[in-house]
Amino acid sequence: MAGSKEIRNKIKSVQSTRKITKAMEMVAASKMKKAQDRMRATRPYMEKVFNIVMHIAKANTEYRHPFLVPREQVKRVGAIVVTTDKGLCGGLNTNILRQVLTAHKEWKAKGIDVDYVAIGGKGLGFLQRMGGNIVASAVQLGDRPHLDRLVGPVKTLVDEYLAGKVDEVHVFYTTFINTMRQEPRHGRIIPIPHQFRTATGEVRTAELSDGTWDYIYEPDARDLLDGMMRRYLEATVFQMVNENQSSEQSARMVAMKSASDNAGKIIQELQLIYNKSRQAAITKELSEIVGGAAAV
Amino acid sequence: MANTIHVDVVSAEEQIYSGEAEFIVLPGVDGELGVYPRHTPLFTQIKPGAVRIKLPGQAQEEFVFVQGGFLEVQPTKVTVLADTAIRATDLDEAKVLESKKKAEEAMANKDAAGNIAAAQAELAAALAQLEAIRKFRNRAG
Repeated sequence: MAGSKEIRNKIKSVQSTRKITKAMEMVAASKMKKAQDRMRATRPYMEKVFNIVMHIAKANTEYRHPFLVPREQVKRVGAIVVTTDKGLCGGLNTNILRQVLTAHKEWKAKGIDVDYVAIGGKGLGFLQRMGGNIVASAVQLGDRPHLDRLVGPVKTLVDEYLAGKVDEVHVFYTTFINTMRQEPRHGRIIPIPHQFRTATGEVRTAELSDGTWDYIYEPDARDLLDGMMRRYLEATVFQMVNENQSSEQSARMVAMKSASDNAGKIIQELQLIYNKSRQAAITKELSEIVGGAAAV
Repeated sequence: MANTIHVDVVSAEEQIYSGEAEFIVLPGVDGELGVYPRHTPLFTQIKPGAVRIKLPGQAQEEFVFVQGGFLEVQPTKVTVLADTAIRATDLDEAKVLESKKKAEEAMANKDAAGNIAAAQAELAAALAQLEAIRKFRNRAG
């Protein structure tokens, strides 16, 4: 019975792998539920914030906040790249990082330099290997991302923008559509865009006329707009991280489920081979005995 | 849709209210604001207090307590970005009284000088909540 021991060992090893993937699948499933609830809860807020800043961008405001004024020449851009900290979540990070790479090449072709802010360990590693200029990073955010850990890295880019070092700030993140689908997104957040895409993919634009009206401000335009813009940044970044989190857990659950299924299939096939080889050995032995008896 | 205005009240945690209204009263930092449909564009900060929403064709009013935030008024649309928003029916008077007491104690305790601003803010929020509860009671009762 040559090889039967090897096959038995192989079956055992695949079985223990399946146990691990199964456990990871269940952990991801329970985390996914919570992450999705968090993300869904903050979506309406985010959309309203976006609506308001787009309205502000359309208004002929008495105080032009720097975020509202597009620069004529773009020499350097900032990019916030949101990825996961851990792997084993299918093609999630690959997809988003491919977009980063494409955009990076396009910028370089136009002679634009890029400053990166990495949120999440995978993106940080990738950008380091790529040789990107990383100005700040936030890793190991845990299952419940806190805004105060994100504000610092993002602020470095915003300060660079205000100082005139970078002329645009872009974001790369994965948006959650449903458990089976997550989409990599690339968008500009500063200067304020004239349209944005909701998570479901519909494009929203401000339905107001251009620059012919202004708000009444109470008490002061400058304070109000500064406060609003800070809120806009916080809300955007927080939402992106939340979207990424639920995408990560869903992608991991699906990846681990298919890994468990595949392990099951392999075990079945190996079992079949093992049984066949055992049967063949028995048949061979029997025929030898019968042949020997006949010879006597 | 003749003479109504769309109102959205959202906080970072959830969407509190979304619907049409005839008239809205909001606690602006410079005093209470009443907004009717076709109001001129307005952008302001709001302080802790009650948002009163008069529903079209109904005598009943919706109360939402907000802990401050931003308010944007467009002719057909009002958006309240609240720091925290609570429906008036979810406000618990006992809890509010307790937090008011705590805040007052913190104010009296002058040792923690740095915390006075925080305590003051807390006290203001508690008082505003109480005010909201009282208003809500008066309407309901």
